[in-house]
Amino acid sequence: MRTIALIKRILLQILRDKRTLALLFIAPLLILTLMDLVFNGKTVNPVLGIENGKKQIIQSLKEADIVVKNYEGVSNTDEVMLKYDLDGLLEVKGEKATLTLLNDNPTVAKNLEMKVRQIFNKRAQLQLLDTNNIQRKQLQDAIIQTKYVYGSSDTELFDTFSPMLVGFFVFFFVFLISGIGLLNERTTGTLERLMATPIKRGEIVAAYLIGYGLLAFLQTIVIVLFAIYVLDIVLVGSIWNVILINVIVALVALSLGILLSSFANSEFQMVQFIPLVIVPQIFFSGIFSIEGMVDWLQVFAKFMPLYYAADALKGVMYKGLSLSDISQNLYILLAFAAVFIVCNLFALKKYRKL
Amino acid sequence: MNPSISIQNVSKSFGKKTILKDIHFDIQEGNIYGFIGPSGAGKTTLVKMIVGMEVPDQGAIYLLGEKMPNLPILQEIGYMAQSDALYNQLTGKENLTFFASLYKLNKGERLRRIEYAAELVNLTSDLNKKVSAYSGGMKRRLSLAIALIQNPKVLILDEPTVGIDPELRESIWNELLRLKNEDGKTIIVTTHVMDEAEKCDYISMIREGSLIATGTPEQLKKQYAADNLNDVFLAAGRM
Repeated sequence: MRTIALIKRILLQILRDKRTLALLFIAPLLILTLMDLVFNGKTVNPVLGIENGKKQIIQSLKEADIVVKNYEGVSNTDEVMLKYDLDGLLEVKGEKATLTLLNDNPTVAKNLEMKVRQIFNKRAQLQLLDTNNIQRKQLQDAIIQTKYVYGSSDTELFDTFSPMLVGFFVFFFVFLISGIGLLNERTTGTLERLMATPIKRGEIVAAYLIGYGLLAFLQTIVIVLFAIYVLDIVLVGSIWNVILINVIVALVALSLGILLSSFANSEFQMVQFIPLVIVPQIFFSGIFSIEGMVDWLQVFAKFMPLYYAADALKGVMYKGLSLSDISQNLYILLAFAAVFIVCNLFALKKYRKL
Repeated sequence: MNPSISIQNVSKSFGKKTILKDIHFDIQEGNIYGFIGPSGAGKTTLVKMIVGMEVPDQGAIYLLGEKMPNLPILQEIGYMAQSDALYNQLTGKENLTFFASLYKLNKGERLRRIEYAAELVNLTSDLNKKVSAYSGGMKRRLSLAIALIQNPKVLILDEPTVGIDPELRESIWNELLRLKNEDGKTIIVTTHVMDEAEKCDYISMIREGSLIATGTPEQLKKQYAADNLNDVFLAAGRM
């Protein structure tokens, strides 16, 4: 009964606070859309200048999505490249060639170098072979066929970490808003006032978890539906599993936010937890390869709730795993939430010993 | 008659700082008790221990026969904190309704109490305004209404008239006297204003954590041969 009264009051307060509502429901959608636009931008074809290029070579280069420009009598390579804004300059001398790369963007440079090498290797092989047409035809078709376990040749980087982004936004916004919610209760003295009523500490924690949990649930559904149906983020597995994972993520964020608010004396101090608690978690949530990190850092990753959330979300959304495949991650997340909730009960002892 | 509140040899310190030293006295039912003392004397700490928000290091506090802290007995305590603890985004009525629903009251009773408490502090016409639009005095009155909401036997008011204009102070005191006389409530008031102390049935003077004098205003004036409580306070402090 008291818990219900408290839940009603929390929801009423949030409804009155239009900006917080907007932060909960609109801000994550804006940022997700922006990320989607940034990462799904068109790839620009590299521009390659060529000197003494044979027709066949130029043809192959063009087939490999390279913009080819012809130059004759180049004396100062660097100057020409800068003047005509080239990503690379290929100077052919007989069977040998020199490729100069601008390398202002290593990804573009590596890609261009690989394509040029491939074309030259292929030409070399073709010249070694007889002019047997069948063999030639076979060689011109792909020698290697590529198959994919997850995704397809169209997979982009954004597809692999967008599932984690969904989880991250749920975590971040729920953490911030629930934390500041309880903080306000403390700084205005109303928490102390509540302690002079027969309410139990457990009832306060429960009300905060349920009240903000309801909001987090709605927010999760909005974010997940938006990501999948509007932004068309890859979803191979079940949408229900995605929602389930995110609701658990919200519960962890909620209990952590409320707990950390006990150690903050103002909103500003609450915001100070973001670089300490939120930012490090991004590094361990699958954008960067965890296997490549030094051993002690890999152990550190195991203490990050988002590490498990990202693993579960990527599993369901990108790899199409079922609930049983990711259940271990979910149990660990629930364990995090349980620990935080118990700590919350003790943190409130500061206000009333009973 | 059993005392309403019994404070038995209570001491309390935070870290190395001693806040209260061996406080001992009883509070009888149906009286107004004033805790008088300068800021930082330990009045609020004592009040918080009576409510059960703090636990004494030594000694014990009994309220209506129950040792504090005790959750069920909080139903019988109306508490008004030194600073207004209100939800500013909510209206006065929503604040009252919320606090009322934390106590054991049936729905009809709750509505009657909200109406009564609002009427008592003269806020009925402002109940549907948001608290953020209230003046300082209105907030103080709403806090008092909240303290009365569950019809408690004991009222504990921490500096109820601080920052309030004389007219409103007068009306709050009249209300407290009426609650004592008509409803027989036990009321504890902390204050550092001596003329308010005159209105109490009994006063306990606290200085630097110690009880320096206790009794009715008349007794104390006689005992220290002083004309007013200010002089009593100074005389008692010198002992």
